[in-house]
Amino acid sequence: MKRGIQILAAMLAVVVVSLWFAKGANTGWTKNRVQVKTIDPVTEIEQVEWQDKFLPGVDILGGGLAVAGVLIVGSLFIRKQTKQQEPQHS
Amino acid sequence: MKKSLITLLAVGSVALVASAAPQSFDFKDPKGVNNAVFKLDAPLEAINGSANGVSGTVEFDAVKPAATKGKIVVASKSLTVGNSVMQDHMHGDGWLDVAKHPEISFAVKELKDAKTEGNVTTATAVGTFSLKGVEKEISIPVKLTYLKGKLADRSGGQMKGDLLVIRSTFAIKRADYNIKPGQAEDKVANDIELTLSIAGAAPQK
Repeated sequence: MKRGIQILAAMLAVVVVSLWFAKGANTGWTKNRVQVKTIDPVTEIEQVEWQDKFLPGVDILGGGLAVAGVLIVGSLFIRKQTKQQEPQHS
Repeated sequence: MKKSLITLLAVGSVALVASAAPQSFDFKDPKGVNNAVFKLDAPLEAINGSANGVSGTVEFDAVKPAATKGKIVVASKSLTVGNSVMQDHMHGDGWLDVAKHPEISFAVKELKDAKTEGNVTTATAVGTFSLKGVEKEISIPVKLTYLKGKLADRSGGQMKGDLLVIRSTFAIKRADYNIKPGQAEDKVANDIELTLSIAGAAPQK
């Protein structure tokens, strides 16, 4: 049980960090849309449009690592289960 | 000879006066190219967003730019940020309250210190900025670019006329407009930088 929780915590940490890096390592808060800018050829105005895109931020990174940390710390309080020896009958 | 010269001068003067008449430029842009960008840089959070619900009219005379008057309006609900939860809060009654205050506007009274070089006029626009029901007279730097005959290019040949591009970057303080004054300044900066990039059309009659 203890080992299982620790493995789960490690996997969670790896998944959260990998996802954060893969999505561009956004150091701001999580976004669900991003700005797309194009230049209007006639007026030269920079047009701003919004595109739906999930960008995990430091809140998701921190939250995921915090949960992994709590799991690790919690696992330390779980006593290692030892196999109970069957009483010997004489 | 003298008579024909006087006649020529008179016709020329009329033509000059006629060409100097102010034009009315309409800034409503269904394509959403016209936009206002806003930036807030607080210690814990940088917020970047934009609004493209721009409308309004400006009377502009290329010969007398100082006489420019008009009003530019931005629909409050068109303000967009990258996080939809943050956007809902921004639109809500605690912040911009877009339901009660659907428009943000700047009404130009006059242009001061206008300098024109070619088709570009730079000046300081004096007018009333209205946000969340609070009106304040402010002065902002503006750059106006008059694009004669360019409406056809923008409308795919459907309309003929002129364009007026207005650009401005200025800052306001949200506390001045009763937007949670003194609160949450570590996450939502008091200083808001606004950048306006808009083009108005004056179709040929």
